[in-house]
Amino acid sequence: MTLTAGRVSPGRRRTGYAGFAFLAPVLLYVVVFFGYPLVANLVMSAQDYTVRSFYTGQAPFVGLANYAAVLANPLFTTAVLNTVLFTVGSIVFQFGIGLALAVFFSGRFLGSATLRSLLLLPWLLPLVVSGAVWRWMFDQDHGVLNALLRLVGAPVPWLTSTTWALPAVIITNIWIGVPFNLVVLHGGLRAIPATLYEAAELDGAGAWQRFRHITWPLLRPVTGIVLMLGLVYTIKVFDVIMVVTGGGPANSTQTLTTWSYALSFRDFAFGQGAAVGNLLILVATGFGLLYLRSLRSTLAEAAS
Amino acid sequence: MSTTKRGWTLSATALLALAMTGCSPAPAPGGGTGEAATTITELDYYADAQGSEAWQKILDACSRQTGVKIERQAIPAAQMLPKVLQGASSKTLPHLLFTDNPTLQQVAATGALTPLTDYGIATDGYYDSIVKAGTYQDKVYGLAPGVNGLALMYNKDLLTAAGVQPPTTWEELKVAATKLSGNGKYGLAFSALPSEEGTWQFLPFFWSNGADLAHLDSAKSVEALKYVTELVNAGAASKSVVNWSQNDVADQFVAGNAAMMVNGSWNLARLDAETSLKYGVVPIPVPQKGGKPTVALGGEVGAIPATGGPTQQAAGKVLACVLAEPTMLEWSKAHAYVPSKVDVAKKFGEQNPPMKAFVEEVETARSRTAELGEKYPKVSAALAAAIQSSLTGQQPAEQALAQAQQASGS
Repeated sequence: MTLTAGRVSPGRRRTGYAGFAFLAPVLLYVVVFFGYPLVANLVMSAQDYTVRSFYTGQAPFVGLANYAAVLANPLFTTAVLNTVLFTVGSIVFQFGIGLALAVFFSGRFLGSATLRSLLLLPWLLPLVVSGAVWRWMFDQDHGVLNALLRLVGAPVPWLTSTTWALPAVIITNIWIGVPFNLVVLHGGLRAIPATLYEAAELDGAGAWQRFRHITWPLLRPVTGIVLMLGLVYTIKVFDVIMVVTGGGPANSTQTLTTWSYALSFRDFAFGQGAAVGNLLILVATGFGLLYLRSLRSTLAEAAS
Repeated sequence: MSTTKRGWTLSATALLALAMTGCSPAPAPGGGTGEAATTITELDYYADAQGSEAWQKILDACSRQTGVKIERQAIPAAQMLPKVLQGASSKTLPHLLFTDNPTLQQVAATGALTPLTDYGIATDGYYDSIVKAGTYQDKVYGLAPGVNGLALMYNKDLLTAAGVQPPTTWEELKVAATKLSGNGKYGLAFSALPSEEGTWQFLPFFWSNGADLAHLDSAKSVEALKYVTELVNAGAASKSVVNWSQNDVADQFVAGNAAMMVNGSWNLARLDAETSLKYGVVPIPVPQKGGKPTVALGGEVGAIPATGGPTQQAAGKVLACVLAEPTMLEWSKAHAYVPSKVDVAKKFGEQNPPMKAFVEEVETARSRTAELGEKYPKVSAALAAAIQSSLTGQQPAEQALAQAQQASGS
């Protein structure tokens, strides 16, 4: 290392340019498709951006007024709380069910491969289709879920009550998210050597002990990645909520994403919509950085 | 392997066929004039099969008449405003635009539209309300060939079986709807979505009771919302109204799950197609006997963005043709709209009995933006939120409307 660095000083300039040339496509991509929209959104959030601004291209600078207006809005707390409940509720169950199914399918039995691929279906369907079907199933009077619940005498006002609507969209999102967890965790399980289980079994470990002391710790790196990706995916969910409840009834399923849309395209307060969008980006970036850190430590662990 | 290959060849042939039909010269509408025809682009949201076909016929006829070629694009209603704003910022607006009348204020506010007087289009003979809807800062930017409104449609068989007369007052509506409910069926269906659709459906009750949009928390307004909430709480209408679009409402009505519905005239074509369904139409019931309902004026207005050049004038010619009386009548017949000129509408109502209730209502209909102009969307959103809040029992009507007033004022 030190040797090369000392020797190639005249050619260094050239390699620098060459390196930059290799970097340029990526940089260009990041600037055009990521940097520009991000900056535009930041600028918009500091402007009084109205429908007129679209045509004239001019919008007065208002500093942090949009952020202040958003924070003072009574819907802000609702949206944040709903986003947290939606994200945590979705991930806990997606992961739990995904892991249970992955462990179940790690044993080989007749038809396990077929069943496993069938379980991928929710992932393959367009979100709007899944959402529309769930909306029918949740229907209070004619939905299939309440037809079943009526047998035990307890129909639920899924989408018409402010208490049940959020659980309903969470259930829908869990159903959509389980396959992703299943696939990645199943892959992680396959990487655990079977010999460990055999050895543990010989030592008299039961099924739970084998899971607790072999599967869980060895699956940890994969678990971290699944949870982190799930978090970033879930926090920005928009289409599912839009199709199933549209943020209603009475804003009871309004999350930061749907609220940002409503502010921009229903109230035409584009600056405030952008402000909410930026807050969301901030949170997602925070988790993204956490993910990168966990990835680095995982790689370091794997290397050692 | 071989099947995959065959699949590829098949789709390749299909593509080729598609490409070839795409290339074959389309018969020029109007043709014959010899000179190169001007082509304009047109944007509308008649995206459903029936409406799209009817509208296409109108455009085809006007294309033949004016010799202007029209490239049409139909998009879902919800995408209209975002699409227009996008066009405004990139200066790629269509030459001719048909949009929902309450959104015209927003589009005109961008400064992208041209006044219709530039094209010699006059407003004589139109209903006042539609002219008001198309007016922004004292200039008329949009006019509609046809308008619509909401009325009460009822299932004749279900009402006869229950011995109920079509209601004309709030009290009668409540009694009738309650009597017609039970066993998973409801007397009345309406839409209370948390969007413009929900506000638009509530406004006939709100305005007929004497409330106004500048004072959402007035006693008259609270009374109207309480009335609608009681209908739901009493089980005369399903709690699902908070999730139903007007299409869903029509579905419930056609399926026989609702004996009556609040809906617009554009549904009549669909109801006619159901041969086993016998329906009647009456104006929206009013608070007191003898009163006249005030419904919100619906319908799409045609507007011409400032795109410059001769195409802008060509768009003006096409719009003048769409607004001509024969076209007006044809469009109204095809899509069950009310012609937007007073005399034409009266004639039309006499010739089409099911449309009579709608023609009557249009006379007293109100433009949603007349009072508030560009501020309307904000007030509408606040009102829709209050309706949802009250219907779901989250807040009592007074409190919900007080909050709405606060939200719409800020």
